[in-house]
Formats: sequence, C-alpha cells, structure tokens
Amino acid sequence: MASTVGVIFTSINDENAAELTKVRSKGSIPYGGRYRLVDFVLSNMVNSGITTVGMLTKNNYQSLMDHLGSGKEWDLARKEGGLILLPPYSDESEILYKNRLEALKGATAFLKKAKEDFVVLADSDAVYKLDYSKVIEEHIAHNADITMVYHEHECGEAPAYILFDTEKDGKVTSIDINAKGKGVRKHYVNVFVARTTYLLNVLQTAIARGLTSFSKDIILPAIKSGKIYGYKLDGYYGNIDSLQAYYKSNMDLLDKNVRQEIFGERDVYTKVNDAPPAKITATAKVTNSLVHDGCLVEGTVENCILFRNVIVGKGTHLKNCIIMSENVIGENCNLTCVVSDKDTSISSGTTLAGCEQKPYFINKGSRI
Amino acid sequence: MLRKKQCVAMLLAGGQGSRLYALTSNIAKPAVSFGAKYRIIDFPLSNCINSGIDTVGVLTQYQPLVLNEYVGNGQPWDLDRTFGGVHILSPYEAKTDTSWYKGTANAIYQNIRFMKMYDPEYVLILSGDHIYKMDYDKMLAAHIEAGADCTIACMKVPMKEASRFGILNTNPDGTIYEFEEKPKQPKSDLASMGIYIFTASKLFKYLELDEQDPNSDKDFGKNVLPAMLNAGEKMYSYRFEGYWKDVGTITSLLEANMDLLGTVPNFELRDSDRVIHSRSPLAPPAYVSGEVCNSMIANGCEVEGSVINSVIGTDCVIEKGAVVQDSVLMGKTVVKAGAKVNYAIIDEDVCIGKNAVVGDVKAEACKVEGKTSGITVLGRGITVSDGKKVAAGEIVDKDV
Repeated sequence: MASTVGVIFTSINDENAAELTKVRSKGSIPYGGRYRLVDFVLSNMVNSGITTVGMLTKNNYQSLMDHLGSGKEWDLARKEGGLILLPPYSDESEILYKNRLEALKGATAFLKKAKEDFVVLADSDAVYKLDYSKVIEEHIAHNADITMVYHEHECGEAPAYILFDTEKDGKVTSIDINAKGKGVRKHYVNVFVARTTYLLNVLQTAIARGLTSFSKDIILPAIKSGKIYGYKLDGYYGNIDSLQAYYKSNMDLLDKNVRQEIFGERDVYTKVNDAPPAKITATAKVTNSLVHDGCLVEGTVENCILFRNVIVGKGTHLKNCIIMSENVIGENCNLTCVVSDKDTSISSGTTLAGCEQKPYFINKGSRI
Repeated sequence: MLRKKQCVAMLLAGGQGSRLYALTSNIAKPAVSFGAKYRIIDFPLSNCINSGIDTVGVLTQYQPLVLNEYVGNGQPWDLDRTFGGVHILSPYEAKTDTSWYKGTANAIYQNIRFMKMYDPEYVLILSGDHIYKMDYDKMLAAHIEAGADCTIACMKVPMKEASRFGILNTNPDGTIYEFEEKPKQPKSDLASMGIYIFTASKLFKYLELDEQDPNSDKDFGKNVLPAMLNAGEKMYSYRFEGYWKDVGTITSLLEANMDLLGTVPNFELRDSDRVIHSRSPLAPPAYVSGEVCNSMIANGCEVEGSVINSVIGTDCVIEKGAVVQDSVLMGKTVVKAGAKVNYAIIDEDVCIGKNAVVGDVKAEACKVEGKTSGITVLGRGITVSDGKKVAAGEIVDKDV
C-alpha cells in the first residue's frame, strides 16, 4: 500500500459521554469485555499496514498511556516510527486546544517529520472494521484532496453530526454541519485521508489566518474545488457518542454476526492482562453473555458483558448489565440495565435498575 | 563494567513425555496445554520471574518447534531483557564431541559456558513438567543461610507412592545423609521435586567429574547428587508445602486440570501476588449461552451447548445440543451439534463431528483398563467424523 501515517484524536468530544470520561479520555473507555475504544481504530491502522501512529491527547490521558504502554501489543514499539504520543503542545497560550484544527496544529512537527506520503486521521470513539489502504486507493484514483469516510444510516435528531451528499462517483456536493437531518443520510464518521503535504499546507494556512474549525473553515470552502470525496464504510458502525449509545453498542456484541464482523477476520489488538480463565461454578447460570478471563460467576447472568476479574456472588441476578473489570458483586443482588465502571464493589442484597434508554451508571471505584 | 547475576535458572525442557502419548507426538511436554490458557512451562517461568530470577536457560531437545515459538523472546513473562532474560538452549554442533543431550546432567554440562556468561554464585535447576507455585527466592535464602553446596526441594508424598520418586533421607537439621532414586523399599516419604539449587562452583566441578566418568548415566538423581554426597559436600533438603503435581501421565494431567475447578479449588490460579503469566491469545471474551456448570472457560470460546466439570481452552466452539463432561479441551476445538465428549483430553485444533460420541461417562469409563485408565485422548488436529464413536480409553492420533 501507499506509505501512510496515522493520526488518532483520542480526546475529541469527550463531553458527550461525560459519565464514562470522568476519569479518562474517550479513547480509553473500556468496551466489549476486554478492549478500550482506541483499540479498534488502532488495530484498523495496524491491520492496514500503518506502522507510524501519532496519538493526540488532551487531558486525563493517564489511563490511555497506561493502556498503550510502549505500543508493543500493536507491534508499534519500533525503532522507526511506531506509536508516538502527542500531548497538547502550546507555545503561545496556556489554553488547551478546543477543537480538531487546534489539536492538529500540535501534530505539525510530527507530520513534518513523517516520511509517509499519506495521512489517515481518525477519532477513537467508534467501533468498526475498515482497511484504510482501500480508502487511500480510492483517494489516489479520484486524485482527491480529501477523502471523507461515511456510514449510511438512519440519522435521527442528533445535532452534532456532519452529514453530506455525494454524486455517484463519491464526489461530495454539499455538507451539513450540525445537521438535524432525518432519514437515511451519509454520516461522516470522523475519518479522513489526505496527502501529508496537502494537510501540512492546510495547517499552515490555518495557523497564519487564525482559523479554528476544520469542518467550517477547511472542508466547507474546499468542496467547490470538486476534490473532496466520500468513501462508504460498509458493515457495523458503533458510534459511542452517549452513554446510551455505549450501552447499545456493547449489547450489539451479543449478536453473533456483529461479533464475527468485529472480531472474526483480523485481530483486535489490546493490552494483555494475565488473568486465569473464567470460572462458572455449579450454582451459576449464564445465558447470552460475554465473560472475560478472570471472572468468577456463582450467580445468574443474563444478556451481560462481564469484563476481566468480575466476581458475581451466589443468588445474584444480573440482567442486561455491563460490568467493567475488577467489580465485586456480592450475594443476592439484583441488577438490571446497570453500567458499572471499574473497581466497584456492590454489597450483598443490593437492588439497582435502569432501563435501556437510561442505564443506571455507577462511577469508577464506588462502594455500594 | 562487571555484570553478573546472583542466580541463573536452568530449565530442563527436553523431555519427550512418552506417557502422554498422542499429546506429545509433535510437541515437547513443557509445551503441552494446561488449565485452558496455559502451557506447562508457564509455571516454572512465572515462578522464576515471581522469585526475582530473570535469567533462565531453557534446554530443549525433543520437538522444540512449538516450545521455541511459545517462549519467543520471553516478553509474556517479563523475561525480555538486555542482560539476562530467557534463552532457548538447544544441542549444538561443536568442533569435537558434537552430541545430543545425553541426560539431565550432560544437558547442563553442555551449557556451562552459558551459565558462566552471567558469573552466577548459584544455579537453580528446574524441570518443565510440574504444576506448582513456588518462591525460589526463599529456597535460595535457605541455601545461603545454611552455607549449603546443594539444596534439594522436597515434599511429603504418601508412603505407598514413595517408590516412584527420588527419596531423601534426612537428619533432623535438614541435611541429607542418603539419596535413593526410586527405591523399592523407601525409608522416608520425602520426595525430591526435581528442583535443585547448587553453589555454582560446586556444580561446575561435579559436572566435569561426572562427564569424565564413562559409567555414568549423566543424570542428576542417579549420578551427580550421590557423587556429591559421597564426597561429603553439604547437602540440604528444603521442605515445600503447597500444591505440586507431576503432569507426566494422562491421568495426572486430567486430575491437575480438575484441581482448578470449584469456588475453592485445590490449586488456585486467582492470586494477585503470584500471577501465572502466559502468552495470552488475542481473543475476545467468551460468549456463553448454554448450560455451564462447575467449569472453566477461556476467552474466545463460543459455548451454546452443555459444559459440565470441564476445562475449555481458548477459541473452542461448543454448538447447541453438544455435551462436554469431565473433560479437558485444550483449545481451538469445535464440538458440533449433538456430539458428546465424556472423560476425555482433547488436544488443540480438533473437530468433533455432529452426533459423534467420544469416550464414555466417567463412572463407566473408569472401569476400562488400559494405558489411560479409561480416559479418551484425541491428538492435535484430528477430525472425528459425524456420528462416529470413539470408545473410552482409546488414544487417537489420526482422523477417524
């Protein structure tokens, strides 16, 4: 494939899943029983043949750094390139970047140093499988300036979306920013491809003119050039833009087809913790659930995602719950539609219930 | 700069493991899967790193491919080091006297130069076929405190089984006055665990002497240890208390796997102080939606059938209507709809066809006499055709 460098935004739109990002950035939200959200975009990059990835961080990135380490789990601990953390960079003001374009300015030095011809920029808050080298192939074929990846689905009333329309060949004809579009639309998934030199030029202009918005100040004016194209992402797309969406996307993994698609063909790499295999005892009953190594289940578990080292006591009934790692749930509890963040302990006899539209959320490290 | 290691471990991993039959046709015994996600060698390697020993030579000889690949650069055990770390030591060609390892003592003898690179004061000798958690550092401390030349780890075994082991006859202060290899009439029930700490200079000296003895079997238990004792060197026993199991036979391998089950198991792996590390596969969490009872399920499994009193390794598929009972599935095995697996050990990459029947219920299978006492064994990569029946106690090493 054409030589490509990756840039991942790990902390854009942290606020829209505020419960989950209290103690971490978007990219390090635990997902699917063993992963962090960033694993999906990072694994996509590695599986596309990308070996240099810059990670733009903002605040609260301790958890992310702990997860990524040297990058060896993604084969990105390298002498040449590899995984490079790009913490906020500031030479003039002491204010942290507020948007994507300001964040990217912090990656200028990284991009200048990169020898790769192309750059893939992606957010880390979505679950999907995509071979970016295919996007670049189309990008080259179209002789495009920017190729934006979209997913077509029923869009509802979500106001923060960027929706666009294209001609048959993928050429973007119009863009709605903060669209309130209804019906099946092309939803930009915050992944785009450009030549590295093109992006650097854009950044230079933006810095010189004091521009701040990537979508309004860069993409919108560029449409006239006719060199902005769309690339269709087929298959599963789980956009984690709220607690509710987080809940739904986790539950989607209980569908065999989704599991096959996300985990089937290419590995999703992640940090490895050595936990013994899950134990399901004689008093347990487990149906339609994901259970990670390290769990000890003595109660009833139904339609749940159990992360590493979760203990479920005797007589306890968990239904439609997401229980993150190191949770200890006592005996005779009754939890329904609960999302319990890491390191929580719930004493025996507790009853908690939420609903699918509004799951009951328990903060990291709580004692209930 | 002078660099040295206080203690270097040498792990004997060349054993063929012939009593594991089909399970070791293509791989060395230490690479045999255990406990759903481990291999036997994970235990001594993890014990080393958990005891602060970061330099380990792994001596391989028999079918080393899987073992070499598995150990790799040692990263899963934090044994990838710039100085020290894990090293695979296979027999090599020399200018004269090129040879295979001719016994445990000769294997170590051939690697004296490796040990000397680290200028160690002590050498720990381990074998790669036991399941246990042990702090070798405590044993080393005892060795140093006693001023011993050799310390042998031992544990009490039932008197009637004592004749299967190397037996230590000791004085009340722990010194050894006699060492008997598999005695017909044992005088004590203290069995050697095959774990030795030597003061390095003494080890090198007695290995050289043993090498020159044409009548020697080049074995630690039979030759080197008795020779040291006869020469009046200070030899101490070190009592180990805890779980330890030789998994060299089909029955003991099955038993050891079963010892992991239950809320309070005989052998506990949930231990944050002494984590057993392994090359964990990149599998998603297990999907479980079936009748699972008193079992262990590793990541990557898809269980929709019944699993009872069993250990299910990584990436196994148990389809709807399939039943697995009192068995060990080592990994990447598919049990198709309606198939039944009872009292069996199934190696990796096996496919058990629809409605096939492997083994017999434990109560019946136990009555079968034979090499495996009724346990059915399917070797690596085997396919059992739809509806096929494999009788209890059979050892299968090709498609049926």
